[in-house]
Amino acid sequence: MATTTVAPPLMTEERRSGRRSGGQNLGRPGFAWALPATLFFGFFAIVPLVLVVVLSFTSWSGIGSVEYVGLANWRRLAADPTMTQSLWLSVLLTALGVAVQTPLSLLIGVWAAGHQRNRAVLSAIFFLPLLLSMTAVSVLWRVLLDPNFGVPGQLPGLFGDGNLFGSRTGAIGVLVFVSSWQFIPFHALIYQGAARAVPAVLYQAAEVDGAGRWGQFRHVTLPQLRNAMITSLVLMVVGGLTTFDTVLILTGGGPGTDTTITAYYMYEQAFKSFDFGAGAAIALLLVVVATIISLIVVRVSGYDKMRSTMEGL
Amino acid sequence: MTRRRPNWIAGIGAMFWLLLVGLPIYVMVSITVQTRAGYGQNGPISLPDTFTLENYTGAFSEGFGRYFLNTVVVTASVVAIVLLLVPPLAYAIVRSRSRFTSAVFRLFLLGLAVPAQAVVVPIFYLINTAKLYDNLLGVILPTAAFCLPVCALILSGVMRDITSDLYEAMAIDGAAPGRVFWQLVLPLSRGGISTIAVFSALQAWNGFLFPLILTQSESTKVITLGLYNFQTQHGINVPGLLAAVVLSMVPVLLVYLFARRALVQGLMGVGGK
Repeated sequence: MATTTVAPPLMTEERRSGRRSGGQNLGRPGFAWALPATLFFGFFAIVPLVLVVVLSFTSWSGIGSVEYVGLANWRRLAADPTMTQSLWLSVLLTALGVAVQTPLSLLIGVWAAGHQRNRAVLSAIFFLPLLLSMTAVSVLWRVLLDPNFGVPGQLPGLFGDGNLFGSRTGAIGVLVFVSSWQFIPFHALIYQGAARAVPAVLYQAAEVDGAGRWGQFRHVTLPQLRNAMITSLVLMVVGGLTTFDTVLILTGGGPGTDTTITAYYMYEQAFKSFDFGAGAAIALLLVVVATIISLIVVRVSGYDKMRSTMEGL
Repeated sequence: MTRRRPNWIAGIGAMFWLLLVGLPIYVMVSITVQTRAGYGQNGPISLPDTFTLENYTGAFSEGFGRYFLNTVVVTASVVAIVLLLVPPLAYAIVRSRSRFTSAVFRLFLLGLAVPAQAVVVPIFYLINTAKLYDNLLGVILPTAAFCLPVCALILSGVMRDITSDLYEAMAIDGAAPGRVFWQLVLPLSRGGISTIAVFSALQAWNGFLFPLILTQSESTKVITLGLYNFQTQHGINVPGLLAAVVLSMVPVLLVYLFARRALVQGLMGVGGK
């Protein structure tokens, strides 16, 4: 065993001597390499995060000076029924989105994971909605579902009175449908990737044990997709709670305030009523709710101590 | 291996989904090649009896040429900023021994959880104070900043896969970090770099919220905002509006055809991890 003084410093166990010799850090980048990106990100993401707290205690109309008003914004929001309703609506839309999207994207993802030629061709079409922006998708469906010039006008009876945007149930249904139409392909891609990574040995073993197609899906595929499912759920929850474009373009928060979810209410208060203090307070509430729900999902699912699906292989 | 019996239920489900995705896209394209009057008579689900490209040329005279150009400028600048900032950052995250760097990594992880909606009010304030309101630069900067966490995570994941033997070999040659970066790290993480380029390009191309709150005039309008305004102002000219929608997806479609892998990875961001 060579002593450290004889052996070239870089050949020694990497972590052991740490910063002591100096030679250890030769050829390693210093903190300066991370500095530009950190400053840039800090200015546009971390500073605003602090600022949103500060602004929530102020009154500002977009022009003129910012005035400290203490808890006024918070008191007003606490007494504002639209605010409370918007939080519930956000949670409701997110829950409906999860309930619709998870089973469908799971099935499509597992189906598309097969290596058959026809599946590859069809998958290319299935994933088309991903190429459109959320704005484009919303505009497209707004046109297709238009009460006067859209499909409901041509197929009366199929859509009730034809005006899907006129009732609370209809408007919520449209929002859930359109976001599902756009995002199921995305989540299906997550499941597809995970399903392809399932070791073939497991299926062979299941087949030997006499498991049919359903048995294999139930006892091999599903447990193996656990981590993919958690990833997909967290993204759905955060995405659902911050839904904005679809509401703005499809329903405008209406009828009345029936689809005014929190992110949209924030936009309305700040950029339409020019009450930026209230907008900041709502935004802060949105961050808190989104963080709490994501933490619950992560905790309940055990993502923080994510178990490897490769155990026992 | 025994040949598996065909899976009928899955087949029927797949056909149903094909209709659900394919039909609206087909209807969209077929509406755009009808005249406005023809569409008015036929409605959305009849077969077109006229063929015209006037909706596409019309979209350009409605200002979409300008919006297209603005979107290209925003997208190119965002990608440039990301490619300038993220590779050195990811290199430092993976290789630096400094305590600050691990703090920085945690900061970016925290940043992953911050939705843009949460900070639009303070960003509006900052951009206003910096006199960048209604200026493309004011859209470019926050858009790029919000691409950084995902890109840093993707690229540092890729760079972590470079084996330490290679670093040690270069260190024995006495290579400074700069040389290691140029000659080892960058060439070996090309795949990850194209992924973050496509990811940030998509974010910029499809971005809506920042342009919505940070610009107002025709000269700074991007495509998504153009679509939104077009819809609210000319609600009746459906073929023209949908032609603009189709035009907005053409560049993404081209990337999809020629660089499918990079696009899918870019779309997935951390989702695919």
